[in-house]
Amino acid sequence: LSICSRTVEPLEYYRRFLKENCRPDGRELGEFRTTTVNIGKCLCSITTADGSALVKLGNTTVICGVKAEVAAPAADSANKGYIVPNVELPSLCAERFRSGPPGEEAQAASQFIADVIENSQMIVKEDLCIANGKLAWVLYCDIICLDYDGNLLDASVFALLAALKNVQLPSVTINEETGLSEVNLKQRNPLIIRKHPVATSFAVFDDTLLIVDPTAEEEDLATGTVTIVTDEEGRLCSVHKPGGSPLTGAKLQDCITRAITRHKEVKKLIDKVIKSLTPE
Amino acid sequence: SVSAGDTSVLAGLYGPAEAKVSKELPDRAALEVLLRPKVGLPGVMERSREQLLRQTCEAVVLGVLHPRTAITLVLQVLSDAGSLLSCCLNGACMALLDAGLPLATLFCGVTCALQPDGTILLDPTARQEQEARAILTFAIASNERKVLMANTKGSCSVEEMQQCLAAAQRAADNIFQFYRDSVRRRYSKS
Repeated sequence: LSICSRTVEPLEYYRRFLKENCRPDGRELGEFRTTTVNIGKCLCSITTADGSALVKLGNTTVICGVKAEVAAPAADSANKGYIVPNVELPSLCAERFRSGPPGEEAQAASQFIADVIENSQMIVKEDLCIANGKLAWVLYCDIICLDYDGNLLDASVFALLAALKNVQLPSVTINEETGLSEVNLKQRNPLIIRKHPVATSFAVFDDTLLIVDPTAEEEDLATGTVTIVTDEEGRLCSVHKPGGSPLTGAKLQDCITRAITRHKEVKKLIDKVIKSLTPE
Repeated sequence: SVSAGDTSVLAGLYGPAEAKVSKELPDRAALEVLLRPKVGLPGVMERSREQLLRQTCEAVVLGVLHPRTAITLVLQVLSDAGSLLSCCLNGACMALLDAGLPLATLFCGVTCALQPDGTILLDPTARQEQEARAILTFAIASNERKVLMANTKGSCSVEEMQQCLAAAQRAADNIFQFYRDSVRRRYSKS
């Protein structure tokens, strides 16, 4: 009679489930947790933001608020605006994050989101220009994790995409005579989002098994992680495999195929939610 | 010190040494990577690179042989003329080799640039990186040429990624031969 406790020997406990091709919470190896998204001022609680979204991936809760400000563009790229993402992991989301300066995980996640925006060209910086050389939009995207139960990157990318789709920029004109900018808060235009990147994360167990959408417990036991970001044309915006067990090219290909399927599911969900908001 | 063309990185490895009580792990060695850019203070980009390097090294170093110790890898960028991340990876592996730490496998860094016309260029210069449509960096392990680390900049199709990966795996042979030659030169009696 072998007593295998979840707290005493978590890896052995998990191995028993993985042998039967399922996980302790009842999911298959390729199944995602229930994803819900709330977009906009009414459903998502940020009323001061220009665009906001709240995404729940199982227990992982991530909220994204986008604020738009105007600034002078840089001297070497006079027709480009700025997008500044920032991912925060406050100490309330998990006990391992202490308060203070951002830790390595938060900084790496911020860099990842910045790379995804840049690689996928979801927002072209030239679209953010108001007046060449004088005025451009700066989009501050703050992604804050409220509850950390694994798979932060997927939820963050999804929250960012949903919040950006919700952003309504006020129209800004430059008065020819005074040279000052006039902001018209009543007349708003949505952001032009060219691509819709969706991230899919996998955890690698024992160098061979790949499971999709890991929880925090699974991430701690995993020997590696892979995150694939795809856009709607099936192009890869990012393959992020920060070390961890070595994988063959074929295994990576399996991940990519699963990521492309996931993209379709997420796109359908976002379209449904956006459509339900438009009568508003 | 590893240099590839004009890109040059100095790697220093300290360990296994005594770890601070707050940082020590009970069953394995705690690995820390510090990447210092040529100018300025380390920023978010350096932190994300440190995380990539650290997890790659953690996968190869047999940390269970040295529990409750700290292994610190410090990388100083001396000059950057393209393919910096793969230069850092090569520097890290050579430092691990030189220190004599127990490793499960060797690894090497290869950067591929996808030109706008579809051709694949290995180990691009800074100019070629700017013109490229996508830049993919892989860390390839020495046993069975599996992928230890992958990082992409820019978007590409799935077939292009597989082609770059195949090219990187072929190029890894050259780099591993270079490791062998360097170590042989270092330890030969001349």
